[in-house]
Amino acid sequence: MNDSERQQPVYLDHAASTPMYAEAVAAMTAQLTHLGNPSSLHASGRAARRVVEESRETIARALGCRPGEVVFTSGGTESDNLAVKGLFWARRDADPRRTRVLSTTVEHHAVLDPLHWLGAHEGAAVELLPVDRAGRLDTAALRRAVERDPSSVALVSVMWANNEVGTIQPLSEVVELAHAHAIPVHTDAVQAVGQVPVDFAASGVDALTVTAHKAGGPYGVGALVVRRDLELTAQLHGGGQERDIRSGTIDAPAIAAFATAVDISVEHQPEHAARVAALRDDLVRRVRAEVRDAVMNGDPDTGLDHRLPGNAHLTFPGCEGDSLLMLLDARGIEASTGSACSAGVPQPSHVLLAMGRDEQQARSSLRFSLGHTSTETDVDALVAAIAPVVARARAAGAAAGFGASKKAG
Amino acid sequence: MRVLAAMSGGVDSAVAAARAVEAGHDVTGIHLALSRNPQSYRSGARGCCTIEDSNDARRAADVLGIPFYVWDLSDRFHTEVVEDFVAEYAAGRTPNPCLRCNESIKFAAVLDRALALGFDAVATGHYARLAVAADGTTELHRAVDTGKDQSYVLGVLTQDQLRASMFPLGGSTKGDVRAEAARRGLRVAAKPDSHDICFISDGDTSGWLRQRLGERGGAGSGQVVEHGTGAVLGHHDGAYAFTVGQRKGLRIGTPAADGRPRYVLDIEPVSGTVTVGPREELAVDRIVGTRPRWCGAAPSRTVTGTVQLRAHGAEHRALVRHDPGGTVVIDLLDPAEGIAPGQAAVVYDGPRVVGSCTIASATSAPRT
Repeated sequence: MNDSERQQPVYLDHAASTPMYAEAVAAMTAQLTHLGNPSSLHASGRAARRVVEESRETIARALGCRPGEVVFTSGGTESDNLAVKGLFWARRDADPRRTRVLSTTVEHHAVLDPLHWLGAHEGAAVELLPVDRAGRLDTAALRRAVERDPSSVALVSVMWANNEVGTIQPLSEVVELAHAHAIPVHTDAVQAVGQVPVDFAASGVDALTVTAHKAGGPYGVGALVVRRDLELTAQLHGGGQERDIRSGTIDAPAIAAFATAVDISVEHQPEHAARVAALRDDLVRRVRAEVRDAVMNGDPDTGLDHRLPGNAHLTFPGCEGDSLLMLLDARGIEASTGSACSAGVPQPSHVLLAMGRDEQQARSSLRFSLGHTSTETDVDALVAAIAPVVARARAAGAAAGFGASKKAG
Repeated sequence: MRVLAAMSGGVDSAVAAARAVEAGHDVTGIHLALSRNPQSYRSGARGCCTIEDSNDARRAADVLGIPFYVWDLSDRFHTEVVEDFVAEYAAGRTPNPCLRCNESIKFAAVLDRALALGFDAVATGHYARLAVAADGTTELHRAVDTGKDQSYVLGVLTQDQLRASMFPLGGSTKGDVRAEAARRGLRVAAKPDSHDICFISDGDTSGWLRQRLGERGGAGSGQVVEHGTGAVLGHHDGAYAFTVGQRKGLRIGTPAADGRPRYVLDIEPVSGTVTVGPREELAVDRIVGTRPRWCGAAPSRTVTGTVQLRAHGAEHRALVRHDPGGTVVIDLLDPAEGIAPGQAAVVYDGPRVVGSCTIASATSAPRT
């Protein structure tokens, strides 16, 4: 089947990106036709600025923060870079002893890579704390790391929910541990907003990353929610449009759509989570009925304080994840192997490796993530396809010697 | 048929995939990631498997409207092609890594996986033709464009492999293929051909080998000796920098008594001794080969045909005998020069490839 002849796909990759709400598309397209740079002082500029500020207020209301705490960015990666590097530099400038950064082994690359960069170029001592087999941070290890020398810690960054296996991190304990020594906490909440309750003020975190396209908004826009008294060193220098922390012409149409999406997704979060969690449970149960040795990864407790409602992450022993992906794709079913590098070469997931799986188990896994447009029909399609797909992938794995040795090819 | 098109990012494999689509097949494109640490950009005609190549392949697949994936075969490529290449040089032989890659990666690892995944064939951009004989055997033939013909590096394929292969470019010239790529809107139409060994990005094979083999093969102490007299003419840093038939870079202080150029005649890897001598000593008319691979059923014990002894090399008329033990003896009716052990001898019957073997030794029969 040629790509151009495909029917509407069975889309099970909402954690990668979820469809935009019609209301968000409408807000964006409406604003695209309006004139004015939000930083201009004339009437057109003021009109655009008003849209931006109303959007900021909407997002603040939805996420439990003050409007002044919302710093618009180009999305999750920029927000994470701004938080991690900006906090590191600001805190170290205030006290040169603060060179340690504490985080986890299961963070997204948008956090891990800036951390490694700080380690390689800025003398940061990066400590990635371990997780258990469910992917949940070992808070005792965090406590030991903090208490070893609290005055040397520049920041702690722990994601709200993991993008691959959906595990919710024990953030309140993290905040309590860090704040006992006045250490700021950043969290990447990209996967959490709209899926589980996210309240910035109640969580106690000092900086929080959010992106639009995971919540029914457009690509290329997001925000870092930053406590107002937190010092952050800017990364992008220029007009200083966003609190002097972030420069660049403000993208009013994208921000209008972002706010609309966050508003809708947060408002409907409780019933969305219940509906999608039920679908997910059904998916896991029925797939495992078809493929008896399939193993679910992540937290077995599927409560909303433990696991994202739409996440099903499964290992299919003897199958290469990219074979499964390709075979499902050929049947119009879209899933993810977790992470891909720029050349599109699948690497074994660092998250699963950190959870104690070996390279082969990590390569045998697939993530199905459900979202606001998912239906029982999607689950039916996957359940109907999975047994023959796994059988084929297993044959291909055997042909390639996959499963023959510890070291996967 | 369901066809898997291996797409390197070059013009040939892109047009091969396009032709498979046009022939009505259900085509899926794949790019093989063979390097563990791919470079971002290719430089000139060297190297491959850069991220840019992968993107070029993806864009060609987009234009053709076919699904596209990247398969990571870097570990297997490293073990079976790169390490083999180093070991062969360390043993004083001159391997052909493209042949080894075809034998163990493209038409083995990739083909096996493709068939298991439900594909019927693998299509590549090699210049070679397939023909079906009266008895149903699939035959491998030279390409129409003799300058581009790649049947030599496919001479290791067995009947099962050939049956599941497609070479859509065998009937075309390179010029036609480039023109067709431009006509189809493939942006790789004018991309330079790749040359040299893909995993040695700067083209400096002996420098690359020196990094891996270091002092082995007699660094500084390796001797360059004269054929016949055994006189030591010079020293070298590693026998792997030499290939039988090589003339340049011998680093010999004293010229030959007769003033004629000298060539590498033999490499003894353990002691690192490199023997040099006059050109006529390079002449070879008997080759003993191992690891025969026949394209179909094993031929009769004695075959009269031609052999090709290196990529893009000349054909030599030959009498080829093989025994069930796997030894192949090739008597050349037209002597060859500078035949390096480790290279493949590919046997042809007219344009048809009969099979191949790996050259173990090449000698000149005593003249009577």
